[in-house]
Parts: sequence; C-alpha cells; structure tokens
Amino acid sequence: MLSKPPSTRPLGAQAPSPAAFLQARAAWRWPEILFWISAFGLILLFPNRHLLLNEIAILGLFALSLDLILGYAGIVSLGHAAFFGVGAYAAGLLAKHGVSEPVTGLLLSGAAAGLVGFLASFMILRGTDLTRLMVTLGVALIFHELANRLDWITGGADGLLGISVGPILGRFDFDFAGTTAYTYSLTATFLLFLLARRIVHSPFGLSLKALKDNHLRAATIGIAPNRRIVAIYTLAAVYAGMAGALLTQTTQFVSLEMLDFARSADALLVLVIGGSGYLYGGLIGAIAFKLMKDTLSAMTPAYWIFWMGFILVILVLIGRDRLMATLARPFAPLLKLLGARRP
Amino acid sequence: MLTILFDGIAYGMLLFVLAAGLAVTLGLMNFVNLAHGAFAMAGGYATVILMNRFGLPFLLCLPLAFLFSAALGFIFERLLYRHMYERSHLDQVLFSIGLVFMSIAATDYLMGSQQQNIHLPAYLQGRIFIGGVGIGIYRLFIVVLCSLMALGLQWMLAKTRFGSQLRAAVDDRRAARGLGIPVVKVFAITFAFGSGLAGLGGALGAEIVGLDPTFPLKFMLYFLIVVTVGGTSSLTGPLLAALMLGVADVMGKYLVPQLGAFIIYAIMLAVLMLRPQGLFARGR
Repeated sequence: MLSKPPSTRPLGAQAPSPAAFLQARAAWRWPEILFWISAFGLILLFPNRHLLLNEIAILGLFALSLDLILGYAGIVSLGHAAFFGVGAYAAGLLAKHGVSEPVTGLLLSGAAAGLVGFLASFMILRGTDLTRLMVTLGVALIFHELANRLDWITGGADGLLGISVGPILGRFDFDFAGTTAYTYSLTATFLLFLLARRIVHSPFGLSLKALKDNHLRAATIGIAPNRRIVAIYTLAAVYAGMAGALLTQTTQFVSLEMLDFARSADALLVLVIGGSGYLYGGLIGAIAFKLMKDTLSAMTPAYWIFWMGFILVILVLIGRDRLMATLARPFAPLLKLLGARRP
Repeated sequence: MLTILFDGIAYGMLLFVLAAGLAVTLGLMNFVNLAHGAFAMAGGYATVILMNRFGLPFLLCLPLAFLFSAALGFIFERLLYRHMYERSHLDQVLFSIGLVFMSIAATDYLMGSQQQNIHLPAYLQGRIFIGGVGIGIYRLFIVVLCSLMALGLQWMLAKTRFGSQLRAAVDDRRAARGLGIPVVKVFAITFAFGSGLAGLGGALGAEIVGLDPTFPLKFMLYFLIVVTVGGTSSLTGPLLAALMLGVADVMGKYLVPQLGAFIIYAIMLAVLMLRPQGLFARGR
C-alpha cells in the first residue's frame, strides 16, 4: 500500500533517473498557472471584497505552513498559532518602535518566528503523536500566557495599540478598501508558495515524505530524521510568522486572539477541507473555509463555533477522503493536475 | 502554608477523578479523546440544573450527575466514538476537537455564557482546625471521596473479572475477542464509566474550579497532563501526576501569582522532553 510495485511499467522500459523523476513532478501544470492568474485577477475584479480576500490569502499562507509539517512531515500540531502569534507581535512591535517599512518588518518577523520554531523543534523530536500534541499545545499556551502577562510590551488583553505601518517599499500606501493589502499579502503568499513548491519537490521534500510514511524504514536507508524535522519545522514556523506579520500589517492591530487555540484549530480545519500534502490544500481550503465562515456567522453570529465543530465531526466521521472525493469529483482532473494524490 | 498544601491535594484529587476516565480511554485504549472535558461539563451543568431548578440536595445530585454523564458517554460511544477507534490519531484529534466546539456552543446557547454557581449545603461549608491547620470541610470531603474512588478504581481494574477483561481487550483486541471476551461491550461500559466519573468530577469541581461553557477547552490541557505525565501503565501514575499538578498549580497561584500558569506548562514540557512516555511509566 505504501509503494506501488514498479512492474506497472512495460518490461524493458528504463526507470527514469532520479533527477528526471523529480523534474517531472516539479513541472508546472496549467491549472496551477490558472489558479494564480485568477488569484491575481481578483485584484481588478472585486474591488469591494479585498479585505476578505486579504484574510483568505493570509489564512491560506498559514494553512500552507501547517501543511508543510502535517502533510509532508506527518507532525500533528495543536499549537501552530504560537508562531503565527510570534510573527504578529514581532511585526506589531517593529512597526510601533520605528521599523515601519512592511517588507523589512515581514522578513524580521519571519526570522523571529523561525528562531522560536527552531528552538521548539527540538522538543518534538522524541515521543509519540500524543507527546507532540501536548508539546505543541503547551508551547502555544506559554506564548499566549506570555503575551497576556507582559502587558507593558504587548498591551496584554487590550491588544497592541499604536501600530503605524508605512507605505510598502516606501511607495505603496495602504488604502481603506484593502486593495494594497490584498496585493501585498497575495504577492507574499505567492513568493513563499514558490519557495515551498521548490522545497517539497526537491530530494529533501521527498525524503520528508519517506519519513512520514515509514519512520523506521526511512531511517534504515540513511535518511536522518531529526535534522530534517528540525529544518522543516523551522521553515514552517517562518511561514506562520510571516502570515501573522501580514495580518498585523494589513489590519494594524495585534491582540491575544492571534495566539488563540481556535486559530490553531482553524488551520487544521482548513487543511481537512482542502486536503493536506499537496500545497494547494491550504489555499483551496482557506477559500472554502472563509466563505463558509462568512455565510454561517452571518446567519448565527454567536454560534459559528458550533458549525465549525459540526463540520469537523462530519468530515472525520464520513471520512474526509470519501466526502471530499464525492464533492471534488467534478473537479477531479483539475485537482489531479494540481498535484493532489486522491482523485 | 499547610492549608495551601491541603488545598492543592484536594485540587489534585479532583483532577484525578476528572481525568481518570481519560486515563483509561487514552492511556489504555490509545484513543485521543480531547472532548473528555465536555462530559465533565455535562455533569456539572446537570448538578446546577437539578439543584437550582428542582431543589434536590447536593449529595443526591452527585450520583445523578454521574449517571447523566455516563448515559451521555454511552450514547456517544455507541453512535460516534466506536467508529473512531481504528482511525489515525489525526482523525481522532480533529473529531474530538469538533465535539469540544459543538459542546461549547451548545452549552452557551442553552445555559448562557455566565459562570454557574452551586450553593453548597451548610454542613459542607466552613473549615475545621486540626492541629492548628485550617482545612475547608468541602475540600476534606473531596479528598476523602476521591481517595475512596481511586482505591475502588484500582481494585476494580486489578482484581475484578471486568478489570481483567478490560486489560486483556486493551492489550490485544483480537486475541481477547478470540477468548470470548465481549470486547465491544467492555469498551462501551468503560467509556461510559469514564465519562460518568468525569461528570462526577465536574459536579464536585463546579464549586472549586468554576463552571462555564469554555470548561472543556480550559481544562483539556490539565487532563492531558495528568494522563501523559502520569504515564499510561496503571492508575497510580495518573493519580500521582494529578496530585503533583494540583499542588504545583495551587502553590504557584498562591506564592508566585505573577508567574501564573507558567509553572505548570514549564514542568509539563520538561517532563515530556525528558520522559516522553510519562514520569511513572515503565519503558516500553
């Protein structure tokens, strides 16, 4: 079940060389190009929905970062919001204390979150799924508590006020309709996506998948697990931190909500909806999730959380593979071209 | 000082009763049930309704809370949980988080989001002095009740026929079924019993730790700490872990309030890093 026997190839045919195999996987397919063209096309198309689109792009990036560790390295995390929050607060503090240029702030916030992720990654090397679950949850809770207690730095429960974000690269000012914000977030997401795509299609990315499928077997053929887990976890933390920084810069506000448990759960739900392990899952899931949340919270504002739980339970009970396969059947060829493993 | 220590022990005992059911489902059956707190909350709310609306005495409410949560646990096990035993941990996590969210919203809708109060009967209020140490009567009541329960549980698991059936079913489901042990029934009863204990804990704890719709989320980590730090090989581990957690938490809050919950989280992370299988577990 883990690996298809190679006998499906006609006898005598040469197995492709590793480089050719990787290149074939990494080739761009037309739906991918279409996806990004339409994403950028929305800048012109729906000028009054740009605030929502901005949130979708950021959530997509956040889910993408969780996908890197969940879908590629198989680490179940309940505390991914920790890195989102670190990035968000870093960006807020930078903007408040002088570094108002967004791109610089974005890179620095990503670095800060990456540092935290690097340190935290050593805690998830040992133990079972359950231990990792607890450790990730514990780390997120510690940061939540930190942000709450250090109120002379973070503003505590009131949130960080007085953030003023300058124009991007000194030229493009943020506007009320959110057009600049959406363009900015989408561009950042796109560039980071390109990097992630390059990484998961590299030999490194392939070795991660091997680790996820069978830890022991991967180790016996010479793939050192720990270094790879540290690397991908750090990278995912950088991505999550940048997503947080984007949200701070485009909304000019940071609050404890950035570190909430619900945010980690949101990202998981997005991945469940979109499917994990093929990079687009986070982005597609983010679109579906935000649209759903918008509609449902318009209907029952206070009890949106109930529907979120309901969707999770149903998705898991029926089997997300089966349900998604039914829903996605009309789009199956498209998704397959995007690189999804399931039809 | 000793009063604080005693409060900590009472709190730890309470945590043990709350988490004992989880120690079995998660520790023994290896099922990650994050929604355990929801059953505790159900027990707490059942007590609140029975006492405040129907005027039943507190001591009568406790067994009723147990029965209510146990029935709820049984229904959920039969309808939903049993499909999840064989699934991956990720699926179990997602499923139970979903249940937590639903329980929070449903409770909020039915009961309102405010903190619920339970009025203890007069004979459980106040404090007595033993050797100059002030001890709250209600806390003493909790310690005694929970100790009895811990002993009873240990006896049941180790000495009764049902206990050995459960241990056999957990060790190797197929072999146990082959021996004629009704595995499905054993699991269902265990799950219901564990939920009932949680409900009882919720009823007992409403006075001490408070009761509002976010209860399952707030105490999720505490339950998980008790089970993972305590290790999963017996009930003694979780009991000791619960006591440690209770004492550390209460002491921390009294003595160094500015640190807040950091002590707990730091201890948890340290233990999990040094002994991923739990503090009191034998190596597997």
